[in-house]
This record gives sequence, C-alpha cells and structure tokens, in this order.
Amino acid sequence: MKSIGKEEALKMLRQMLVCRRFEEACLKGYQQKHITGFCHTYIGQEAVAVGTLNHLTEEDSFVTSYRCHAQGLVRGMSAREIMAEMYGKVTGCVRGKGGSMHVFSKELNHLGGHGIVGGQIPVGTGAAFAGKYEGKKVVNITYFGDGASAQGTFHESVNLAALWDIPCIYICENNQYGMGTATKRAVANTDIQDQAAGYGIKGYEINGLDAVEVYTKMKDIIAEVRETSRPVIINMVTYRYKGHSVSDAGLYRTKDEVKSFMDQDCINRFSAQMQELGWIDEDAYKALDKEVKAEIKDAVKFAEDSPWPPLDEVATHVLA
Amino acid sequence: MPVIEYRTALNQALEEEMLRDGKVFIMGEEVAEYNGAYKVTKGLLDKFGPERVKDTPITESGFTGLGVGAAMMGLRPVVEYMSWNFSLVAIDQIISNAAKMYYMTGGQFNVPMVMRGANGAAAQVSSQHSHNLESFYAHIPGLIVMAPATPYDAKGMLKAAIRDNNPVIFLENEFLYGMTGEVPEEEYIIPIGKGDIKREGTDVTLVAHLRQVILAQEAADILAKEGISVEIVDPRTIKPLDIDLIAESVRKTKRLVVTEEGHSFCGFGSEVATQIHDLCFDDLDHPVVRVSQNENPLPYAKNLEAESLPSVEKIVAGVRKVMYRK
Ligand SMILES: Cc1ncc(C[n+]2csc(CCOP(=O)(O)OP(=O)(O)O)c2C)c(N)n1
Ligand SMILES: [Mg+2]
Repeated sequence: MKSIGKEEALKMLRQMLVCRRFEEACLKGYQQKHITGFCHTYIGQEAVAVGTLNHLTEEDSFVTSYRCHAQGLVRGMSAREIMAEMYGKVTGCVRGKGGSMHVFSKELNHLGGHGIVGGQIPVGTGAAFAGKYEGKKVVNITYFGDGASAQGTFHESVNLAALWDIPCIYICENNQYGMGTATKRAVANTDIQDQAAGYGIKGYEINGLDAVEVYTKMKDIIAEVRETSRPVIINMVTYRYKGHSVSDAGLYRTKDEVKSFMDQDCINRFSAQMQELGWIDEDAYKALDKEVKAEIKDAVKFAEDSPWPPLDEVATHVLA
Repeated sequence: MPVIEYRTALNQALEEEMLRDGKVFIMGEEVAEYNGAYKVTKGLLDKFGPERVKDTPITESGFTGLGVGAAMMGLRPVVEYMSWNFSLVAIDQIISNAAKMYYMTGGQFNVPMVMRGANGAAAQVSSQHSHNLESFYAHIPGLIVMAPATPYDAKGMLKAAIRDNNPVIFLENEFLYGMTGEVPEEEYIIPIGKGDIKREGTDVTLVAHLRQVILAQEAADILAKEGISVEIVDPRTIKPLDIDLIAESVRKTKRLVVTEEGHSFCGFGSEVATQIHDLCFDDLDHPVVRVSQNENPLPYAKNLEAESLPSVEKIVAGVRKVMYRK
C-alpha cells in the first residue's frame, strides 16, 4: 500500500466506490424498468479494473466483454454518459444504440463492450498490433472471463501475439463462474496462467480481490510488456456477488460461498488498509461515499431527463 | 387436451426421442445442471444422466464440430445454442462441415444432427444478440431449416427433426418459450416441409413464421374489423419450403404479404415473392409486399428498436397496401 501513495490510493478508493454505486443504481434502474435487455454488473470485481487501468497511458487501449461499465468509469468516462446509455437515451456514450453491453469511448481508447463471449479478444490483440505497427510503445489490455478462456478466439489470439510480439495483456477476470458453470466444469486446467507456457510467454496469477496486489503487480507487468512487446496472460482471480445478469437467480452456488467472498470485499479491504496508515478515517470514508452517491444520483437524473434518440437515428451509422 | 408452454412442448419432444433412441444426446451451454438458459432442457439431466445431457464450455465451434463427428459415426446429437447469435462462432462447422458432408462424401457420411435455440430479437438486447438467421442458413444446400410458432408445432417438428438424417437448423424464439397452446398426449410427428394454415381467410394471404405468426394474428383481428379477411399461412419449415400451400392460398386471395423479423435484402420474403411470381404471376392483383426489419443493426433504445422491427402496425399497413386501401 505504501508504494501506491496516499493520493493514488484515495483516487483508487473513489473509483471503486463509483463502480459499485453505479452498478447498484443500474440494478435499481432495472427493477424500475428504466433499463432493459441484459445487465451484467461488476460488483465484487472492482479491484481488477482499478488496479489495472490506472497504469495505462492515454495512448494505450483496452477492450472487454459485456461486463463493461466499470472499465469505462475507471478510464474516465462520466457516470452520466454510461447511465444514459443504460437508459437508451441519445446522451448515452453510444447514443442509445448499444445499451448495457456496449460501452465504448473512442476518445479514451475504450474499445468496448462486446456481447459475444470471446469476441473481443482478437480485437484487443489487433489494437496492440496497431500500436506496434505505428512504432509506439503502447499496450492493450484485453479483459475476458474464465468462461471465455475456453473459446478458440483466446487461443488463436495468444498464439498470434506470441508469434508476432504483440504487446497485449490478456487479463482473464476469473470470477469463478461462466453464467451457472463453475470454472472447473468448463476449463480443463483452471490455472489459466499456465496456458502461457504453451505459447512461450509469461503467465501470472493475481488475487483480484486485493486492489493493492493487483495494482502493484500489474504496474511491473505492464511496464515489462511495454518494454519487451511480449504478451502475457494474467489469471485474475475474483468473484462476482450478483447474478450473471439480472435474470440469473444464482442457484448454482451457496449463500455461504458468496458470503465468504463478500467477507474479503475489495473495497472494505482497501479502505481498512488505508485506515491503518491513517490515510483516511471512518468519517472521511463516509463523506467520500456520500459524494460518490451524489455523483451517481446525478447520473441517474441526467439519464432520466435526457431525450430518447430521434427516430432518424435508426438509420445512421450503418456504413461509415 | 393439455395446454402447455412452448418450452415444455420442446422438452417433451426431447425426452420422448431420448427414450426412444439411445443414440440421441444433448449438449450445449447450461443445458444440464442449470436446466437450460430458457429451461427447455429442464429435468433431462436427472432423467438421462450426464453422459446424455452434457454441459459444454463456451466453445460453440468446438462442440458443433464435435457433434458433426459424432453424427458421422452414427450418434444423433441435439446441440443447443443459448441463442442462434452464438452459432455464428460455429458457422464454419455448420456450413463447411455439417451441410456439405453428405454430398462431399458421395453419400457415405450423413450428419443427423439437430441444432436448436432462440432466434431473433428478444427485448432490447441490441445488435449482437438479435440476429435472425433463417435466410443465412436456408441459403446453404444441405441444411434443413425449421421454425415452429406454436407449442403443438414445436413438439411435432422437433421430433421430426431428431429423426431426420440431415443436419437441421431448428429456430425457436425467446418470446415464444412462454406461450401456451394445446398439445395432445398421444404421439404425433409433423413432417418436415409441411406448412399450416393458421387462420383461414379470403382477401389476402399473409405468410408468417415464428413470432411473426403471433403478430400476424393480431393484425388479422384488426383488419377483420375493416372487413379484410386475412389468411395466415405458416410455412413452419423454411427449407424445404411448402410453396404449394402458399401458392394455393394466393390463387384464392390474389394478394400476398410476407412478414419476417429479419432484414429484407436477400431475405426470406424475397424468396417467397420470387417463387410466387413464378407460380402465380397471373393470379396476383398487386405486387407482393414484404414486411421486415429495417436495414440496420438492431439498436438498444426502446423507440429505435420498435422503429426497426416489423410490428402489427406495419403488417396491417402492408395488407392495406395490397388491398389498395389507405
Ligand atoms: C459466443 C457466446 N456464447 C454464449 C453466450 C452467452 N453468455 C453470455 S455471458 C456467458 C458466460 C461467460 O462467462 P465468463 O466468460 O466467465 O464471463 P463472466 O460473465 O463471468 O464475466 C455466456 C455463456 C455469449 N454471449 N456468446
Ligand atoms: Mg466468469
């Protein structure tokens, strides 16, 4: 924690809170039927986005699955534009065309928000390829799930990246389930980092519930990839508290199991560590949370008040 | 007659065929322990065990190809795609392998495999999750494409599909899973390629399949009040197409509207229109009208989605048009 520094730590704590409160607001908006379709929340996994994205430069890029709100927020998109997208409003980050699964920001090199499991993995690889092609020292982080690690696209991408020295950081957000399927029922070797050896690259396992560990280890790993242009595979072990999406009752795991992970909550842990160092106290934490809640409330209000896309929007952007 | 849900009708068909033939097995994502993302395979793991009801990893290309190989060796796989959108990951196995095998091997290896799942739009699930793939798959020789609209059809058609010796693309729909209808207790099979008149009428033939049948019924009710009598023809099987049934209806009504949820360009409606022009050119009182999804990816926002999809109103407008009414 000390090496992170107080200022950065405070930023990270705030980012994690923003992600959590945002997702809670999404669940509420879904109940109230403002948000429809699919809605996959990131609650429990916040340390991963925060511990990784903060190491990227402006020119770096990243891509992820449908579980994409938090990455957008941490990268610096406003809660307003993502919430408005959830509501299907024209002020949303993709003008209401994408919804929950398709958060993108060209300005911030957020390459999405992808609905097809594993579909984003070659795309992230290509983004990293482009940086190298242009002679820049940039990297791409490609996030995907444990379930997605079984898709051909993952193995095809890693082979390409290893073969062509593409600086892509493959982060498997191993939340231990792909929908209702426990990782061990879908992946022959659940030590996903071991796959790296088969492609002659480095693999790491990281405790994704511990923001300090994620942040400090990823700092070095990302620096190394930037330097060497060799891809890496990270098995980022984490946990999602809520159902796969809002329609999932979660009958495939016990309440005790969920609780055992909530007891290791990344936000609580991080703020406790900060408190130990005297970087924040209970009152300041509460004040921070209050401020974050107000920001999210404002985003919800913005989404509610925003107009629907005009009907002619339907035919725009089919071809560039 | 018992009234059951569409998903239950499918479930009964699967169970009956698995009881009848030990070579029939099921695989797909969440089909076993989770009882199916849409509960179509509910209870089958308990009844048949994990050797015959298999949860797969999220590897559509892999398990589809595995199904092809197993079918070449005499098994009869029923592959579930959580939705047909994800079949796109497996489309090479479906088109290059499953569809071509019998022909390419000079009739040595056939592929008795059923691939099934939800097709088309659900509620606001946006561009990547809303594909209508009937025209894609029907384009390819070597595949059968089926699309039941009612519980009765779903059961009888799935049983026919499983017994057929060819790869069958079996299209269902998320909105239909919860729809109820009468399904007899005694066994029945609906032959592949046999359409059905879902509503008799005299003024306009309205061809509709899958969820469009439901919309067509509503449209027909509205039009009846205007004195327009609509005959709804549900081809049920997209390929081979029961064009004779459609043509017979058109010869009576002299007018044809085809509604489909997919896009119109190179779409199912174009195929029906062409074949009807060939068969009934002299009978037609108006050019065939197609109702379909707009030529854009399906957007998320409620109003844009509604603007894109075919609807009761659009079908009503299509029928009025062939009737030369405003
Ligand atoms: C190709 C494909 N197959 C199936 C699905 C349906 N689906 C959506 S998410 C999901 C589970 C993915 O699990 P994982 O990769 O572990 O990511 P997580 O949701 O846990 O973040 C499935 C099966 C899909 N979207 N795409
Ligand atoms: Mg997972």
